[in-house]
Amino acid sequence: MVTRKRYSLKTREGKEALTGYFFLLPALLLLGVFLLYPMGAAFYYSFTDFYILRPGEKNFIALENFQMILGDAEFRQAFRNTLYFTFLVVPIQIAVALGLALLVNKKLRLKVFFRTAYFSPVVMSLVVVSILWTFMYNPNEGLINEMLGLLGIPPQPFLTSPDQAMNSIIVMSVWQGAGFQMMIFLAGLQNIPDHLYEAADIDGANTFHKFLHVTLPGLKNISLFIFITITIAAFKLLVQPMIMTQGGPLGSTKSLVYHIYEVGFNYRDVGYASAMAVVFTVMVLTITIIQRILVKEERG
Amino acid sequence: MKAMKKPVLTKKILLYVTMSFLAVIFLFPLVWMVMSSLKGDVQIFRDMTSIKAFLPPMPNEVDGSYFQNYIMAFERVNLFRYIMNSLIYTIGIIIFGLIVNSMAGYALARFQFPLRNFWLAVIIATLIIPPESIFLPLYVLVFNLGWVNTYTGLIVPFIANAFAIFLFRQFFLDFPRELEEAAKIDGCSQIGIFFRIIVPLSKPVFATVAIVLFINHWNDFLWPLVVANDDSMRTIQIGLQYFMNQPPIQWGQVMAALTVATVPMLLIFIFLQRYYVQGLAHTGSKN
Repeated sequence: MVTRKRYSLKTREGKEALTGYFFLLPALLLLGVFLLYPMGAAFYYSFTDFYILRPGEKNFIALENFQMILGDAEFRQAFRNTLYFTFLVVPIQIAVALGLALLVNKKLRLKVFFRTAYFSPVVMSLVVVSILWTFMYNPNEGLINEMLGLLGIPPQPFLTSPDQAMNSIIVMSVWQGAGFQMMIFLAGLQNIPDHLYEAADIDGANTFHKFLHVTLPGLKNISLFIFITITIAAFKLLVQPMIMTQGGPLGSTKSLVYHIYEVGFNYRDVGYASAMAVVFTVMVLTITIIQRILVKEERG
Repeated sequence: MKAMKKPVLTKKILLYVTMSFLAVIFLFPLVWMVMSSLKGDVQIFRDMTSIKAFLPPMPNEVDGSYFQNYIMAFERVNLFRYIMNSLIYTIGIIIFGLIVNSMAGYALARFQFPLRNFWLAVIIATLIIPPESIFLPLYVLVFNLGWVNTYTGLIVPFIANAFAIFLFRQFFLDFPRELEEAAKIDGCSQIGIFFRIIVPLSKPVFATVAIVLFINHWNDFLWPLVVANDDSMRTIQIGLQYFMNQPPIQWGQVMAALTVATVPMLLIFIFLQRYYVQGLAHTGSKN
C-alpha cells in the first residue's frame, strides 16, 4: 500500500515519476522498436525458413539453419578471413598508433603539422579510402607499383591475388585508422604526470626503461579500451572488401558480415542469414565479455 | 658543452626525418587524389611515374578547365542529389537525436522514478548490440512499414542512440542543481526548465554529440545501402560506390567525386576541432 501511494499522481514523487517517464519515453520506444525488437526478430527468424519473397510462409525449422552453418564452407572461409584480418589489424594498428603518439608527444616545433598529417586519413570515409586505394593498388598502372618500381621492386598483383588481397586491405585499414587511436593515446600520454618521469630520471632510468615502467603502465586503461574497440570494429569488416574486391579473389577477402549481407540481402534467405547473424553476435559478445574479464583481473 | 649538444642535434634531425617520412606516407594518397582530380586520365597515368603525380597540372596541360572532372562527375551521376540526401539523413538524425537523447539523459540524471536503474542498464546493454547483426530484421520491419527508399526509413531507426544518452546523462549529472531549483521557485514547469535553462547552458555536450552523430552517419554504409537503393535516395557513400563501377571508369572524375565527398568532414575537422577532440576524449574515457 505504502509504495503504491508514493507513486500516486498527486504526490510530489508521483509527479516527478511522470515527468521522468515523459522525458525518457521517446528514446525508450525508439530503442525498443528499432533495436530490441529487431534483435528478438533476428533470434526468431534464425529458427525459421523465412524467405523475403514469400513472407507469408515462415516455418519453424528448429536448429536446421545452425546445422547448415556447420557444413557451410563459405561461412568457414569468411570466419577464417575475419579472424585473420582481426589478428593482424589489431596489434599492428595499436603499435602504429602508439608509435605515432609517442613521436607527436615530443616537444617539437612542427608537432601540430605532424599530428594533423597522421590524423588526416581518419577524416576520409572508409568508402572514399577504399576507392582511392583500389586505384593505388591497380596492378597494371597503379601508383604503388609505380613507386615500388622506382625502388626496383617488380609489380605486385595486390588485390587481384588471393595471397595478397587481404594483406593489402590490412595495410590500407591501418593507414586509415591509426590516426584516430593516436589521438586517444596522445590524451593518455598527456595525463601521465611529469613527476613520474623526473623520479625515473633521478633513479638513472634510460629512455627504454622509462617507456617500460612509466609510460606503459600509465597507458594501461586507455590501451585496453583501444584494444576492445579495434577488435570489435575489425570483426565487423565489410566496407573494404565490398568495394575493393567484392570478397574475391576466390573468396579470400569475404568477411562474416559480407557473407551475412549476401545471403540475407542478395539471396533473400533471411532465415539462414539471421542464424549466421546470431552466431556473429554471440562471437562479438564473447570477445567483449572475455576482454571485460581481463580488464577486471588486471584491475583487481 | 659542445660534445653534449651534438648528439642531441643529430637526434633531433633523425626525429624530424622519421616524422617527415611518416607524414609523406600518411599524406601522399590524399595529395594524389586531389591533384588527380584536376587532371585528365591520360595525364594521370603519364604523371604517375614521377613526382608530378603529386603536383597540380601545368596551365598548358589543362584541357578546358581545372574543374573539368568535377563538372563531368556532377553531370554523369546525380552527385548533388547524393550529397543532399546525405545532409538530410545526417542532419535529420542530429536534430531528432539531440532532442530525444538529451531528454532521456536528463531523465536518467535528474528524476527519481520506478525502474530508473533498470532502464539505464538496458540502455547501456544495447551498446553492445552490433548494428551489423540487426540490419536484416530492421530492413524487414522498415519494409513492412513502407519506409524503404524514404527519408523516414533512413532516419527514424537511428534517432535514439544509447551512446548519446549516456554522454548526456554524464553531463547532466555534473550540472549544478541550484539553477533548476531557482527556476522551479519562479514557477517554471519541468519542460520549461529543461528547454529554457538546461539546453542553452549545455552547448558543449550538444555540440559534441552532434559532431559524433554527423561523423558516424555521414560515413554510414550498410544501412543506406540496404534501405535506399533507388538512385534518387542514394547517400553520398553509396553514390560513390555506384559511380566507381559506372563504365567507362574515369579515374579523374572519380577522384573529383571522392574529393567532394571529403569536403564536409574536412570543414568539420578544421572549424570544430575542439569539439571533435572532446568527442574523442569522451569515447576514450567512458569505457
